[in-house]
Amino acid sequence: MKRWTPLIISTFLGLGVIPALVSAQERMLDTTERKQPLNVWGAQFEEFEYRYSDDDEEIGVWDADFFYGTDNFKARWLTSGEYSFEERAYESLENQLVGQIPISKFFDAKAGIRIDTPEGPDRTYAVLGVSGLAPQWFEIDANFYVSKDGDTSTELDAEYELLLTNYWILSATLDATVAFSEDREIGVGKGLVSTETGLRLSYDLIDRAFSPYIGVVHERKYGDTADFSEAGGGNVEDWFAVVGARISF
Amino acid sequence: MKRTLIAGALGLLLPAIGLAGECNLTVDRVEIDTGEFVKEGIGYNGESPGPVLRFKEGEEVSINVTNNLDEMTSIHWHGIILPFQQDGVPGISFPGIKPGETFTYKFPITQSGTYWFHSHSGFQEPEGAFGSIIIEPKDREPFRYDREYVVQLADKHPHSSERVMRNLKVTPDYYNRDQQTVGEFFSDASENGFLSTVKDRLAWGDMRMMKADVEDLQGFTGLINGKGPKQNWTGIFEPGERIRLRFINSSAMTYFDIRIPGLNMTVVQADGNNVQPVNVDEFRIGVAETYDVIVRPKDDQAYTIFAESMGRSGYARATLATQEGMEAPVPGLREPARLTMADMGGMPGMDHGDMPGMDHGDMDSTNEMAGMSGMDHSQMKGMDQPQMKGMDHSKMADMDHSSMAMSDGGASDPFYAQGSGLVPEAANGGKFLSYADLKAQKPLYDEREPTREIELRLTGNMERYTWSINGVKYEDADAIRLKYGERVRFKFVNETMMTHPMHLHGMWSILDVGAGQWNPIKHTVSVQPGTTVYMETEVDAPGQWAFHCHLTYHMAAGMFRKVIVEGGPESTQATSSEQSVDVGGDA
Repeated sequence: MKRWTPLIISTFLGLGVIPALVSAQERMLDTTERKQPLNVWGAQFEEFEYRYSDDDEEIGVWDADFFYGTDNFKARWLTSGEYSFEERAYESLENQLVGQIPISKFFDAKAGIRIDTPEGPDRTYAVLGVSGLAPQWFEIDANFYVSKDGDTSTELDAEYELLLTNYWILSATLDATVAFSEDREIGVGKGLVSTETGLRLSYDLIDRAFSPYIGVVHERKYGDTADFSEAGGGNVEDWFAVVGARISF
Repeated sequence: MKRTLIAGALGLLLPAIGLAGECNLTVDRVEIDTGEFVKEGIGYNGESPGPVLRFKEGEEVSINVTNNLDEMTSIHWHGIILPFQQDGVPGISFPGIKPGETFTYKFPITQSGTYWFHSHSGFQEPEGAFGSIIIEPKDREPFRYDREYVVQLADKHPHSSERVMRNLKVTPDYYNRDQQTVGEFFSDASENGFLSTVKDRLAWGDMRMMKADVEDLQGFTGLINGKGPKQNWTGIFEPGERIRLRFINSSAMTYFDIRIPGLNMTVVQADGNNVQPVNVDEFRIGVAETYDVIVRPKDDQAYTIFAESMGRSGYARATLATQEGMEAPVPGLREPARLTMADMGGMPGMDHGDMPGMDHGDMDSTNEMAGMSGMDHSQMKGMDQPQMKGMDHSKMADMDHSSMAMSDGGASDPFYAQGSGLVPEAANGGKFLSYADLKAQKPLYDEREPTREIELRLTGNMERYTWSINGVKYEDADAIRLKYGERVRFKFVNETMMTHPMHLHGMWSILDVGAGQWNPIKHTVSVQPGTTVYMETEVDAPGQWAFHCHLTYHMAAGMFRKVIVEGGPESTQATSSEQSVDVGGDA
């Protein structure tokens, strides 16, 4: 074995030298930024608003996302919450960290983790979702969640923007949650859990970076979830007047 | 001030070779004032646009470029035929020019005409890093003029180019403020009927494509020689003089439709190469193209040079006058352009594909169809049913009748898809220049059969703002390999709904307009949505070259290729260890 070693080494050296000779004549390789994937970041508050309910409840709401990445992979942090000014507590507080890859011309797949830390019990879920643009310009975001305890649920978000003018935009949103198992501790019953429907009229004041809006939002709980809420002294249905802004950086 | 330039006269006095021109350029941070906003940018010798560089055909030039920026820079001599190491594309021709460094470009001038130069690094060009080049010919020019001006167009945006790119990637319609609204729905409904308008919106909604997707970047201020519309760049003339206007479109993203109300223009040169003169009322200049026109104002008055963007979202304006301060009326913008289903013709999976008439050998059927698409709506209705039968009604409904007119033969252009919403029309109803009108004054090469054809599909995804060739972005693509000595026929198939000005470095693009040996010789070829355009290239320049869409943000998003020319005379040739893969790395 030993005496083979020099031969093997010299063979390797020889093989190494030939490409070196070729590359001496080789033209330069493009190592500029142009040849690298384009890295992009984005930061957007789709909702950043004050809500006033028909029950005189006042809450602050945000729904934001931050991302960084390329066409092929993006890391995305989605955060949303509802803060009750009266109770000085988060009625809901949700953070998701997901990786996102394109799966079709108009749709991306997402996978990651969701952590809910509102007032009351916390929850951690695994997230699997798709988001993108459906025919007729519906922005769709559909997610499937599995909690640490194995509770599963799904959430569908849809948005449509109607251009009254190129600056005045009326956007309609629908958010529906369905649970496949009961999670009594956080007041979620099996079946259709809740819907949130919104209508917001915005004006693009500074490019598309700052668009103040006013609107109405309707929240409703269903089935067991509604019963749980009522039993706890909560509402089944709420109407809100909202004022806020869509912000992007 | 009166200068009589009988062009070429000087040239005759000079020896053919041995002349050496030397000039210095510094790359500087400059302030750009458009009259609407002031912005920091990049310029040459302290200003943007940079100077007009004057060379003479036959001389050897050396240009010392000093980089006063704190980042790498480069200068590409757009349209100039030169050794590839002098072409100025970082990563392809040379490593680039470091901060503080002076790089000397040296190359022989073997051509004449109007050209330009610009940085090929990052987003420096849209930040203002460009200037113009005028090369006097050795021989007499085949036309006469008494005075000349460079008219260099740009689309300066208040946002930095980095930010524009990011906004487009995050929200592709970020800058589009000509989108279809509820109001337009009702006006269309009252014009074309409620049902057909609903059908039309559904058809586009189904594709998730916007009729209004003509210009990615709106909100710019159009500049002429660095002056915004309010600052009104003015060129002085004396009545009766022939003025040669050297139009250069140095915009990042904007095509301009140019007219000078009251004056007829004679197009004498395109992309630096003389063409057989064509009289026009208006012409469209693609990004990176140049057109030289001659005008002869006879009256002692002012004339507006009006450059309206193709999508009608903005304009540049200048004035020709007999004295400073004179002005002529500035026309308003026409209605925003709207794409039609015909512009989607190139998209795979659309049954509107393969529009007839796009083959240039098939001009007759083009004209036949042109008559149809050119008809206005009222005439449609009055038509006999039998005649209608041959037509696809759905397609008719999708046509934008407002953008068509019956001006002898109808607004049609074989370089646009049949029924395209982008077919240009002269504002005064007169002659609008078409690529089909361009015929070389003198063929540069002997006519011969191409040795092979290379198909380049221009591809992209507007919702993701990715742009590519054959579906592959530059970052994932292999080089296009050509052999020295071959004549390649490039077939561009535009599968997107945007216009792409394709620019091959180092070698001429002989645009096939069906004129055989008189096909015009260009450096930038516009390919309209839903069309197929052919160009031929005599592969006579060894080395490696860039080949890309000249829309800044399309190029940066991946519509770019490296071309390697293998073989060639002695030392210039080399081998590369890169794998030899089919064109464009199409998978």
